[in-house]
Amino acid sequence: MPVANGRRVAVIAGCRTPFCRSGTVLKDARAVDLARFVARELLERTNLDGADVNAVIFGQVVPSALVPNVAREVSLLPQFPKEIPAYSLNRACASSGQAVANAYDEIVLGDAEVVLAGGVESLSDIPILASRRLADILVEASKAKSFGARLRTLSRIRPRDLVPVSPAIAEPSTGETMGQSAEKMAKENHISRAAQDRWALRSHELAARGTDDGRIPAEIVPWFPPRVGGRAGDAVVTQDNGIRRDTSLEQMAKLKPVFDRRYGSVTAANSSPLTDGASAVLLMRDSAARALGYTPLAYVRAYAVAAVDPGWQLLQAPIFAVPKALERAGIEWKDLGVIEVHEAFAAQVLSNLQGWAALGWDINEDIINVMGGSIAIGHPFGATGTRLVTTLASEMARRDVQFGLLSICAQGGMGLAMVLERR
Amino acid sequence: MAPGAALTWELADGVAVVTFDLKGEPVNKISAAVKQDLLATFEALEHDTAVRAVAFFSGKPENFIAGADIEEFVRLTTAAEAERLSAEGQEMLGRVARFPKPIAVGIHGACLGGGLEFALACGYRVASDHPRTQLGLPEVQLGILPGAGGCQRLPRLIGARAALDIILAGKVENARKAFRLGIVDELVHPAILKDVTIAAAQRMAGGWRPRRKRPGGFRGWLLDGNPLGRRLVFRAARKQVLAQTRGNYPAPLAALEAVEHGLTHGMAEGLKREAQLFGQLAVTDVSRKLVQIFFATTALKKDFGIANPPPPAVVSRLGVVGAGFMGSGIAGTAIAQAGVDVRMKDADLPRVAKGLAAAREILDDRLKRRRITPYEHARLVALLSGSDHYTGFGRAELVIEAVFEDLQVKQQVLREVETATARDAVFASNTSTIPIHRIAEAASRPEQVVGMHFFSPVARMPLLEVIPSARTAAPVVSTAVGFGRRMGKTAIVVKDSPGFWINRILTPYMNEAGYLLVEGVAIEEIDRLMVEFGFPVGPITLMDEVGMDVGEKVVGVMYEAFGERFAPVPAFAGMVKSGRLGRKAGKGFYKYAGGKKGSVDPAVYEVIGAHPNGGPRPAEIIQRLVLVMLNEAARGVGEGIVRTPRDGDIGAIFGFGFPSFRGGPLRHADDLGAARIVSELERLAERYGARFAPSDVLRDQAHHNAKFYPNA
Repeated sequence: MPVANGRRVAVIAGCRTPFCRSGTVLKDARAVDLARFVARELLERTNLDGADVNAVIFGQVVPSALVPNVAREVSLLPQFPKEIPAYSLNRACASSGQAVANAYDEIVLGDAEVVLAGGVESLSDIPILASRRLADILVEASKAKSFGARLRTLSRIRPRDLVPVSPAIAEPSTGETMGQSAEKMAKENHISRAAQDRWALRSHELAARGTDDGRIPAEIVPWFPPRVGGRAGDAVVTQDNGIRRDTSLEQMAKLKPVFDRRYGSVTAANSSPLTDGASAVLLMRDSAARALGYTPLAYVRAYAVAAVDPGWQLLQAPIFAVPKALERAGIEWKDLGVIEVHEAFAAQVLSNLQGWAALGWDINEDIINVMGGSIAIGHPFGATGTRLVTTLASEMARRDVQFGLLSICAQGGMGLAMVLERR
Repeated sequence: MAPGAALTWELADGVAVVTFDLKGEPVNKISAAVKQDLLATFEALEHDTAVRAVAFFSGKPENFIAGADIEEFVRLTTAAEAERLSAEGQEMLGRVARFPKPIAVGIHGACLGGGLEFALACGYRVASDHPRTQLGLPEVQLGILPGAGGCQRLPRLIGARAALDIILAGKVENARKAFRLGIVDELVHPAILKDVTIAAAQRMAGGWRPRRKRPGGFRGWLLDGNPLGRRLVFRAARKQVLAQTRGNYPAPLAALEAVEHGLTHGMAEGLKREAQLFGQLAVTDVSRKLVQIFFATTALKKDFGIANPPPPAVVSRLGVVGAGFMGSGIAGTAIAQAGVDVRMKDADLPRVAKGLAAAREILDDRLKRRRITPYEHARLVALLSGSDHYTGFGRAELVIEAVFEDLQVKQQVLREVETATARDAVFASNTSTIPIHRIAEAASRPEQVVGMHFFSPVARMPLLEVIPSARTAAPVVSTAVGFGRRMGKTAIVVKDSPGFWINRILTPYMNEAGYLLVEGVAIEEIDRLMVEFGFPVGPITLMDEVGMDVGEKVVGVMYEAFGERFAPVPAFAGMVKSGRLGRKAGKGFYKYAGGKKGSVDPAVYEVIGAHPNGGPRPAEIIQRLVLVMLNEAARGVGEGIVRTPRDGDIGAIFGFGFPSFRGGPLRHADDLGAARIVSELERLAERYGARFAPSDVLRDQAHHNAKFYPNA
């Protein structure tokens, strides 16, 4: 086992909120509420004293304008001393994976012993932007010296200025949306609609199995609504609500493609849904884990990030990130016992697998996404990375395999891969 | 430098900066010696030509002036003496008010009673914007009135209505509210309090005078700025006072008179009347009783209920098992008052959700009442969490169980908690009847088991019974008492005996109400008579509040333990069977709609098999209800259920609202006299049965002419 700087980084535990389709049961919870809740529950589950934490790092892709640094609000929970520094980061869909990577770096460098890394997204709580013209007029009016001048400025507002601008999931450099990119990848890599639907169905079936046998619920902390009563949304939320048990290939086949209605193959069914949720992982230096009396689930062995031209295949960077991570870990693909691949789109997963196969690697689907993936479970952008770390580490412990891999594709043509090891 | 122990001053730019710091005392209070010191200091300041203005501060870090010295006050024996004391205080503050050089006060910390009266006599008041800065005139809570000009100066400053609101209820307001009302002229950050006050003194020395708006604006003038409106205000206030005190507490009415007299006949006449009324009130029995209660509660704040108490354990995390009404009340109150991290646990998630929501309501309520800011609220909400597992209990220093009142269930919970918690965690049972030693039989660490009996609703009821078993370790008792205190409760340590203290003396009283019902007394008649006696609610209403199922359980335990005199009243059995459990079920003896108590439900007489036809005469009804309780209280004292009569009285007053102007059941027994009680009880026993047989304690007292409070 390679030990960076003589320090090993242990994954102690992780947990998450239920992942719920945006606009459903978690819609009244702000992202900061979800993040604080999941962090607090992780302390409860581990019986860790908040004062033992040295740093808090959270990933979030679409932060609220009112809470730009969600990690600091987490570290200001009353369970923590106020002196724990915290920052939030954005590596798109790999954000909380990056939070774990940064935690790893801090520990390896000797800057921290115990780090809480997590991620959150609420797509029910996104900022709605005013039009550029309206914003300009409002700023000008606020600087006006007299009431009359202010009125004159404000009188320039036209009805069309009042139409809000909602942020789209499009590449700033190419203007291509995520879905269009997936569509393009499906075509260029010759991924059929049927193959995509099969992968999506598999995701739902395995996620349902993981839920029924208790492996997924073990990672979830029930979300309690602030008030109880007769209203919908007042019940305790204990499960992800995107997992479909009633779907079939026939039903999926009926759906129209979203991004290319004529020749396309990417549908709502073979894509991950917009999701609200939060997740967190507790990482410790090996010696600290021992001193505090914890048995690690696994250790972080190495990670790597790669990027490609967003104008090429936007979600194909994992085919470069994974070899890099394996090389840094000093192991080979065939050494892996469990693999977690983030599922933004079935077309992207199958493209990634195809890319890896092209490296001469043998793709054994039986060890990939063994409890389903983001298509079924959901994908709160910032929260997926730490969900994958928790799932991978727990499953490695259950199967008692030595090496595990996670791979996340991200907006901007980026990919993050991480190797965990057991002993 | 000025002479005297309490006041010092130094000159800065023509302003005498006076500091009041009473040596050897935690708080500043105004005693005879301080008065001398004040007069001498102001005398010196008056003659010192270098002094152009005065800025007055407290030297205590967290207290301005807590009020007059109560010890001096209780030594008064005659109304004339008390009147003189009041007049002297008025004279002193009159000199402050007439002082030729301007005086500004900077107020940080409690500014109460005589302290506020002093501040009101000064020319300018600056208060720190800090939670500890509290201003008020709590005198009527001790059965007296603000007797150093407070009844005159406050209404002149802020208007009659606002002043009566504070004086008649003995209210204490935070600095923000005091500023809004106009009691203080400025509200500033504590760090600049001194500078701002001195600057104000300097400005005044230069001829500047604060301009104050008419209190309450135009509406204020309409209501109490003119004689006609004022008459209406006073009439309404008098009506309200009478409704609330039922004539049992003379102080608010007297204070009202002092205010009205002053506004009608002028300041001088008002002060004279104020002093007279103060004199009269000071020697009333009611005031004596209220002062005794004040001293008793003050003493209980420092009393851990055991000899040589070890320090309580630091509790920063509380586990609560059982997320029902009591459990959520305990959780919410612990967060709101003690600011601890609370983890709730119940058998299933919907119950946990309900409990969390109920506990949160206590926090929401404080936000709604503006007792906390939205930020503080967010912090407190983050202290509350729950689960259907014991996750998170590992770090709890104290666990309170509030599960179903059943020995097996409680023992099961105890065993589970012992596995989930650290070795030194304290397990407290919120049982109302089950002896703690019985619960502790299941414990592997019985020395860590103690009883903490809260009263419902926990957020509002001020009493906590702490019950050590014979095996409970001393630090565990300290921890339970200490934590109860942090939750804002007055804790009494009582003996581990069925029903402990409160249910022991309450059960015969409730039962007697049942017997009276069966004899044909109307429900509202029983309640009305006991409210007249001074209880906040009558026994039947109380039963609806407690819940008939709970009551039935309590009586069962008591009957089993003590026999015939606790025999359940058969009439009540039907109540539980027909689901008339009380308020929580929406129906009991009274009707409840939308959380509000309605009228008596006539159908209930059918259920209990009785019909109102008059029954015994009112005096007899009151006597039966009161004496049956006093008799059991005496018996309890004889058995050492409470350590002192003081604990017993405070328990009854705070636990179920025994009239405080009567000083508690044991004080009341002393007032009636044991001999008289014994003979009345014997008469009642002959007529109604052995449950009235006088206790040995009372017989002994009657025989030896003894009392519960021999020195009173």
